[in-house]
Amino acid sequence: MGQLSIREAINQAFDQEMERDSSVILMGEDIAGGTGSPGEDEAWGGAMGLYKGLYRKYGDRVLDTPLSEAAFVGAAIGAATCGMRPVAELMFIDFLGVCFDQIFNQAAKFRYMFGGKAETPVVIRTMYGAGLSAAAQHSQTLTSIFTHVPGIKVVCPSSPYDAKGLMIESIRDNDPVIFCEHKKIYDVTGDVPDELYAIPFGEANIVREGDDCTIVGYGMMVHRALEAAEQLAGDGLECEVIDLRTLSPIDTDTVLESVENSGHLVVVDEASPRCSIAADVAASVAREGFGDLKAPVGMVTAPHTPVPFAPELEKHFIPSVEKITACVRDTVDD
Amino acid sequence: MIKAITMPKWGLSMTEGVVGDWMVAEGAAVESGTEVVLVETEKIAGAVEVAAAGTLRRAVAVTGDTLPVGALLGVLGDAEVSDAEIDAFVVQFQENFVPAEVSAEEGGDETETVQVGELSINYLRQGSADRTAVLLHGFGGDLNNWLFNQPALIADRTVIAPDLPGHGLSTKRVANGNLLCMVHVLENLMEELGVAKADWVGHSMGGAIALHLAQSSPQLVRSLTLLASAGLGPEINADYLEGFARSRGRRELRPLLRQLFADPALVTRQLVADLLKYKRLDGVQECLEALAYQLTDTSAQTEDARRIIADVPTLVIWGADDRIIPASHARELPNQDRVHVFDNTGHMVQMERASDVNRLITAFWNDQS
Repeated sequence: MGQLSIREAINQAFDQEMERDSSVILMGEDIAGGTGSPGEDEAWGGAMGLYKGLYRKYGDRVLDTPLSEAAFVGAAIGAATCGMRPVAELMFIDFLGVCFDQIFNQAAKFRYMFGGKAETPVVIRTMYGAGLSAAAQHSQTLTSIFTHVPGIKVVCPSSPYDAKGLMIESIRDNDPVIFCEHKKIYDVTGDVPDELYAIPFGEANIVREGDDCTIVGYGMMVHRALEAAEQLAGDGLECEVIDLRTLSPIDTDTVLESVENSGHLVVVDEASPRCSIAADVAASVAREGFGDLKAPVGMVTAPHTPVPFAPELEKHFIPSVEKITACVRDTVDD
Repeated sequence: MIKAITMPKWGLSMTEGVVGDWMVAEGAAVESGTEVVLVETEKIAGAVEVAAAGTLRRAVAVTGDTLPVGALLGVLGDAEVSDAEIDAFVVQFQENFVPAEVSAEEGGDETETVQVGELSINYLRQGSADRTAVLLHGFGGDLNNWLFNQPALIADRTVIAPDLPGHGLSTKRVANGNLLCMVHVLENLMEELGVAKADWVGHSMGGAIALHLAQSSPQLVRSLTLLASAGLGPEINADYLEGFARSRGRRELRPLLRQLFADPALVTRQLVADLLKYKRLDGVQECLEALAYQLTDTSAQTEDARRIIADVPTLVIWGADDRIIPASHARELPNQDRVHVFDNTGHMVQMERASDVNRLITAFWNDQS
């Protein structure tokens, strides 16, 4: 057991799975960058340093690709259908537009269209989320565009333990997996077992117990929700915080069980509000848990606008702890 | 006599506990071992017992308080000690009390690992008495199953609690799950640790392993304590064993774990989460399935086990409401002199009846010496 950051946990997952299974390969822009260049002892390991040390160890199983998402995401999907287990990096989720046909019309359809006989064990890992002043084209939370498509799985960890276990499960899974990492939480640390382990998809994590209100989130919003829950506990309001962990499949049962007990639900999502994970969870609970709700479902989301570049505006754009506590109070007082 | 009753440390990661209800009123006389107040940690709930006879003079800790390990819960004193002296004791204790600076990760006592053949075996050694005792957990358990027992047993023994192969932090490999392989590992472990003879305490599968060990290496065995032990009769809850081995999620695992305790409220969210973390490790499911397969085939063991019990000093303890291995296995033993069956107690008898079990084991050991 070691204390690792999310960055280190994902690096360890790659390292241990590559050592165990020679069909695992890594692909992406600049992921081996820096290795061998003068005065450079180690690879930078990609834009966020996730691949550090892997090129040295695994050589040509770590593939630097041209700046063409359509080409290398397509190549990864093709390699997956031919027996490899590629992990391709779509550096920012915002770039999905240039390779989306490969994902939703090809990878997502193979198993279905070939009568269940084809498997496409590809992982596409990608960074999402605002908070780095990276402007409107590098800051979006486009998770629900992927969850809308049947045939792909969508994962979004919030902790180092989950990041390692879900990455290993993603690599071993025989279907396409989109692995979404919030770019602001790479340095969050926590206990991570040294051994390999896989966390099954479709089981939400109850990260805090409480009887008064259920708060549902994923990725960075889990940390905001926890902070809000701590503040509310000071006023005697005990919130249960549920981390969805995987968005496809989604664990509605855990949310429903919690709402059955608390009677109140607040959903937190950094995405824009319409057709989002938040809207999806709210609709599921309205449909299947209506009788348990003592008040309308609260939603804390970004506004329906592009992500602003100006830091002050961006701060207002991202759901804050204050907005979550206010929404919980409104919901419970309703 | 004035004695402080303090927040106990149950398990390596405990740093604080929440005070529950007082079970004894101020002014009441208590025996050594009386449970006086409930304490809940994030992992487990239990009762604090007093280490001496006397009168509960002060219940200092208030129900609902969160206090660090070692903090003052109450004061035990003889009836003749004046109130002023008791009050002065409380004031002095509180002034001098400094919570131990132990992070949850570092814990207090550290486990160690030793290489036994190809396996790395993790164990916790506590105490420094000349004689040694070894605690063997059950199927799917680990050395933390003894958190209420190990600290209480170190007065008389150096107590070693290993994680068995396939469990805890030991290597996740058990070959075909035959318990004799476990016995072999333990024989080598004793050699590595320089232990020539020990008192063996086994829970469930750990009991069956201790029985096999007594048969193959009698020189290593001074006595046996068998808690809800496998190997003493043909019945075993195969659905539990197979379900536990197979289950991957919280919703499958929780109802199974509730079968372990007479009081299902003891199955906390943290307990389920910790077990899932263990079960998700590579190799664990294969280990558990192999062990479950071997454990469900107990028909041949019973006669051997009874013969061993006749030869070696043996204490048998069970919970009447055990839903994994029935208490009839204890009640049907030919010699009932050292058989104890507790009512309203499930399979995890060493946790649910910790103080009684600790007292029985200590008395049993003392009888032997």
